Amino acid sequence: MKRIYLDHNATTPVDPEVLDAMLPFLREAYGNASSVHALGQEARRAVEQARERVAELIHADSSEIVFTSGGTEADNHALRGVMMSARDKAADSRAGASPHLVTSAIEHPAVLNTAQMLEKRGQAVTYVPVDGQARVDADAVVRALRPETRLVSIMLANNEVGTLQPVEAIARQARERGVLVHSDAVQALGRVPVDVRALGVDLLSISSHKIYGPKGVGALFIRKGVRVAPLIHGGHQERRRRGGTENVAGIVGFGRACELSGRMRAESAAREAALRDRLEVAILERIPHARVNGHPRERLPNTLNVAFRFVEGESLLINLDFEGIAVSTGSACSSGDLKPSHVLVAMGIAVEEAHGSLRFSLGRGTTAEEIETTIEALVKVVERVRGMSPMYRDFLKGREAAAGAR
Amino acid sequence: MEPYSEKVMDHVRNPRNVGEIADPDGVGEVGNPVCGDMMRLGIKVRDNRIVDAKFQTFGCGAAIAVSSMLTEMVIGKTIEEALRISNRMVAEALNGLPPVKMHCSALGEDALRAAIRDYLSRQGCELCVCGELDCPHRQDCEDRRRTREKAHAAAHGHAHGHGEHGDDKHGDDETEEGA
Repeated sequence: MKRIYLDHNATTPVDPEVLDAMLPFLREAYGNASSVHALGQEARRAVEQARERVAELIHADSSEIVFTSGGTEADNHALRGVMMSARDKAADSRAGASPHLVTSAIEHPAVLNTAQMLEKRGQAVTYVPVDGQARVDADAVVRALRPETRLVSIMLANNEVGTLQPVEAIARQARERGVLVHSDAVQALGRVPVDVRALGVDLLSISSHKIYGPKGVGALFIRKGVRVAPLIHGGHQERRRRGGTENVAGIVGFGRACELSGRMRAESAAREAALRDRLEVAILERIPHARVNGHPRERLPNTLNVAFRFVEGESLLINLDFEGIAVSTGSACSSGDLKPSHVLVAMGIAVEEAHGSLRFSLGRGTTAEEIETTIEALVKVVERVRGMSPMYRDFLKGREAAAGAR
Repeated sequence: MEPYSEKVMDHVRNPRNVGEIADPDGVGEVGNPVCGDMMRLGIKVRDNRIVDAKFQTFGCGAAIAVSSMLTEMVIGKTIEEALRISNRMVAEALNGLPPVKMHCSALGEDALRAAIRDYLSRQGCELCVCGELDCPHRQDCEDRRRTREKAHAAAHGHAHGHGEHGDDKHGDDETEEGA
């Protein structure tokens, strides 16, 4: 069976060119980038070249790039590095209160769970709510700022519904007040332009495996002059900002993936957006009681999140998987507790609808034919799963009764 | 999450006994859409024996597989035999469920008990809340059920809870979450 992969927000396949770039560093060029001999120097050169490619993609200076094990580590590094560093004297004099973090209700768990850990350690955190389209209001973020606020962390694009956030406006106003700004751009990179200068952020997290690079590598952009305590203590690697022997092959792959993304992003994004729109229109036309979650325009070009009433997302997902189509869901059932996606809940979507949500995320390899196949399969699968649903049965009966009464 | 067993996938792919019984002798409905799963089970009873069962379920793969498996297990059983079917037995019949999905098996057991209770009340007899037909401690069981329900409501922040999920049984050591 030919598989159709529409889960690119979860991860992307490694581009063959990326793999080719990596292989020598898993074979003959196995040196430690900290070693002085020729093998070590070869690895060092490759790491630094990759650093330049990563920096170039986000318009940073290569000295501002710290390689990490991925987006989650970059987020942890940014939040903990700023919030848990020794309190600076200015902050001490401003207020006796504990350091304060402002973030949003729809951040990735890498940010949210780190924020909760900081709260448990006695720090103050404000979670700014979002509107029904998952947009954070820049003014609400500014209103949440206090004299003791150290950091604002707002994602550039939400991974579940794709809504883009007004990070530029937030950063401008926060920095005027001397507050550092971090953005989790893991899902945005490779899908929309990411320019740390234009955004005006101090810290930015990115990840390799969302842009056709390998898993296990990412980076934190730290603007020159911004002091962030290390998260991983160890050797002198990454200018003492992140200990541990560099993941040379991974970093090289990430660098190559960034280079390819720079070349291919605009064209691919436009193509993906057209296919995504085709999928969206067809779903709304052919499947009743479905609605799109997220912002209609300010959204990642590859992302479509739809809630199907009367059904549960995981059963839709499994049935689509039987047809060879891979998607993801915001339903509760795979999370272990009874709560559906925190993003959909924060948007004010009824819990029973949130349980029936599916996320389609397209990629470079997605074809028009795949989208047509997906539409046909989805129509069939939703009908089949609704056929099992007691709520749908009741809904149809209620409608018949209402029609009969007229 | 741990993968589903082949058997679970088979029941999701080809669920048995989906639908509504035209003239049921007992109907049980448990769970609610807010919690993410809801099951309705109808049974047909002849001479104290379940001769047919059909389900409708809103829920994840495990919830559908549990519903389907349960109908296969109850058809042909007497009421007394059916009352002895536990959530663990349903999960075992499916060659196990991932730990985070164990609570889905409670949905099946609860729906079955609710359907039997409905059948019995139509016959003019009543099942104790502990699930026994001839329970000598009915008041104690009722008190325990209320305590459970309150705890559940407090834990989930809403009063309607998971339908019958909070029901107590004597010596019940099969927790809902399993994990």
